[in-house]
Amino acid sequence: MSKESFTKVVKPRSSVRSRVIEIWRYRELLIGMTRKELKVKYKNSILGFFWTMLNPALYIVIFWLVFTRFIPNGIPEFVIFFASGLLVWNLFVNSLNGATSSVVANAGIVKKVYFPREILPLSAVGASIVHFLLQVSVLVTMLVVFQHNIDWSLIWLLPLSLVTLIIFVSSLGILLSAVNVYARDMQHLLELILLAWFWITPVVYYTRELPKEGFVGIIASIIRANPMSAIILPFQRVIYNNETVTSTVDNKSIIQILPDESVLWYAKNLGITLGFSLILFYFAMRFFDSAQGNFAEEL
Amino acid sequence: MSAAISIRGVSKKFRLQHERYMSLKERVINIGHKSYDDLWALRDVSFDIEEGTTYGLMGHNGSGKSTLLKLVGGILQPSEGEIITKGRIAALLELGAGMQQDLTGRENIFLNGAILGLSQKELTKRFDEIVAFSELDKFIDTQVRFYSSGMYVRLGFAIAVNVDPDILLVDEVLAVGDELFQRKCMERVKQFQREGRTIVVVSHSADQVRAIASAAAVLNQGELLFKGQTSDAIRAFREKLYSGSGEAAPEEKVDTDSSAGVITTSDKNRIAQNQDPELNTKHKAIEIVEAGFSNPDETSSNKIHTGGPLQARINWKTNVDEVQDVNFSIEVFDSSANLVFEAFTRDSCSGNVKGTGTTLFLWDEIPLADGKYVANISITSLDGGIVYDWQEQVQSFEVTNNFKTLGTLHLRCHSEIVLD
Repeated sequence: MSKESFTKVVKPRSSVRSRVIEIWRYRELLIGMTRKELKVKYKNSILGFFWTMLNPALYIVIFWLVFTRFIPNGIPEFVIFFASGLLVWNLFVNSLNGATSSVVANAGIVKKVYFPREILPLSAVGASIVHFLLQVSVLVTMLVVFQHNIDWSLIWLLPLSLVTLIIFVSSLGILLSAVNVYARDMQHLLELILLAWFWITPVVYYTRELPKEGFVGIIASIIRANPMSAIILPFQRVIYNNETVTSTVDNKSIIQILPDESVLWYAKNLGITLGFSLILFYFAMRFFDSAQGNFAEEL
Repeated sequence: MSAAISIRGVSKKFRLQHERYMSLKERVINIGHKSYDDLWALRDVSFDIEEGTTYGLMGHNGSGKSTLLKLVGGILQPSEGEIITKGRIAALLELGAGMQQDLTGRENIFLNGAILGLSQKELTKRFDEIVAFSELDKFIDTQVRFYSSGMYVRLGFAIAVNVDPDILLVDEVLAVGDELFQRKCMERVKQFQREGRTIVVVSHSADQVRAIASAAAVLNQGELLFKGQTSDAIRAFREKLYSGSGEAAPEEKVDTDSSAGVITTSDKNRIAQNQDPELNTKHKAIEIVEAGFSNPDETSSNKIHTGGPLQARINWKTNVDEVQDVNFSIEVFDSSANLVFEAFTRDSCSGNVKGTGTTLFLWDEIPLADGKYVANISITSLDGGIVYDWQEQVQSFEVTNNFKTLGTLHLRCHSEIVLD
């Protein structure tokens, strides 16, 4: 590379566009940091990447026990329904947790060397994507074991949904990583927020029959407006691949488990979420840029 | 020549915090309380550093020199103004910082290289060179957490100098590692100079700057005091030191402390004390009346012979009753401004003086070869914190080598030829 390509202007603020270009120039570092995240996490552990499978596997077993044995909810092949949402949710949670603490955790290099700091939250997201792909193997195993057919005709919804999630969680992660430098208990607050968020996202339950009025109606509209709903529903639609099912309890009644809507409805929701995420990305980058000038001092 | 680094109207504001609210809860509770004062570590500093020069940044603790270096490196962002740099920058701010404890030396080379902006391909090409320079080939696949601090530093330096930087930023770190490695680092810096790379060195040691820099800037309390030739800059720096503003302004905490950025109330008190006018009256409490070198064998000559004796004399007088804890010192430089040797009284003599007097230094045997040597003569407090008086490169002596040996030193040597 020529010297000119390394010309750098250090100034109080820079445009989002120039920040994105800078991140692109450091893409090899992004890959390197992602690899580091993965290596460091399971360094000195015997089971290594196996841990990453154990967590969702245990979740699935517990929820299977609770919702099909103790208090049966009547959904046939509940584990498939649950797992198709859980893995996406895990990707979201792990990315956000990792990203939020990323700048503080890497204080050592932030204080000593220049590189676009956005790399840190982004590499946390990157590492979570790798974990996600590994966890998908758990899901695939289950699909084979249960001989469950997915909806191949709608498979294209999945990458679209995944890209939307990655942009959404990256934006949120960039934002929170900067906040966390100034208010360290953001990490703890985030735990609570994520706990509540999990239950307003249709992972364990299905949304169709929630009342429209009263307090519960308000909650229901939050669930519908929740970007994570728009991201997770396509996964359930494609992988679980049943809009209505016959209850395994409750006198074989019919359950509308997924919205009785066309593909366009899913795509439209994703599109709106994607647009929202891009706007969020812009503001997150703006906020991060104005905050990062003092990172080296605050850490 | 064009400017490799162009600093344009740069200011940097720090928050001088009375207390530090680290958590959201504290921030909410203390909302509305202004818990900080603004502190300008740098104010409207502008200058260019030409490509291929070695530039010294001098100043007292807290002058803003390290802050400026961090701004140039992009680690901090200025509050106002901008800095334009051309070329790849490698910063030696704290060696080994940015090493990941859990990764091996090999993995750290790749990660740190990427941080410095190198592609994996370039790194693969340079990998062997880096390992060879660091002398860590046996440990390269060991986790860095098991490294000794020396190994740590060696790896850090090896990476930084082998990534082919166009601009090298150095913050008083050359004095690390064992002597052999230090020399290797110095050689590499000199090689960089020959190759026409730009080097910026931050130091409060005039000797270090004199030894390697061709131009320098002096910062004082965040403002640019002087820029120009090294020798002029050093003079300006010494004058400032002499005129008193002395010790630590607050920003030094940001400079060196690894828990950077926190300036507590106690620091503020310290600053206040330092601005105490009483301190200034202590200067010139004792002054140099006359000083000089002589040959004890032929008085009133400053020409000596290799292997012969040398004497230095400082005539002084005190302007107050008694001055305690005084240290007289002499630093001798060769013609290329390398510090050759020094002498001081602080370890051998009591430092309490009054009235007038003479301090004598006597060397029985000077092994120096031909040349003219100049000296800095200074009277300071024991810890060097107060400079009472000093003479910069005024006194000199000449050495004639009658032994006809080459080299910078003539050392007495016993040799014999033994026949079998």
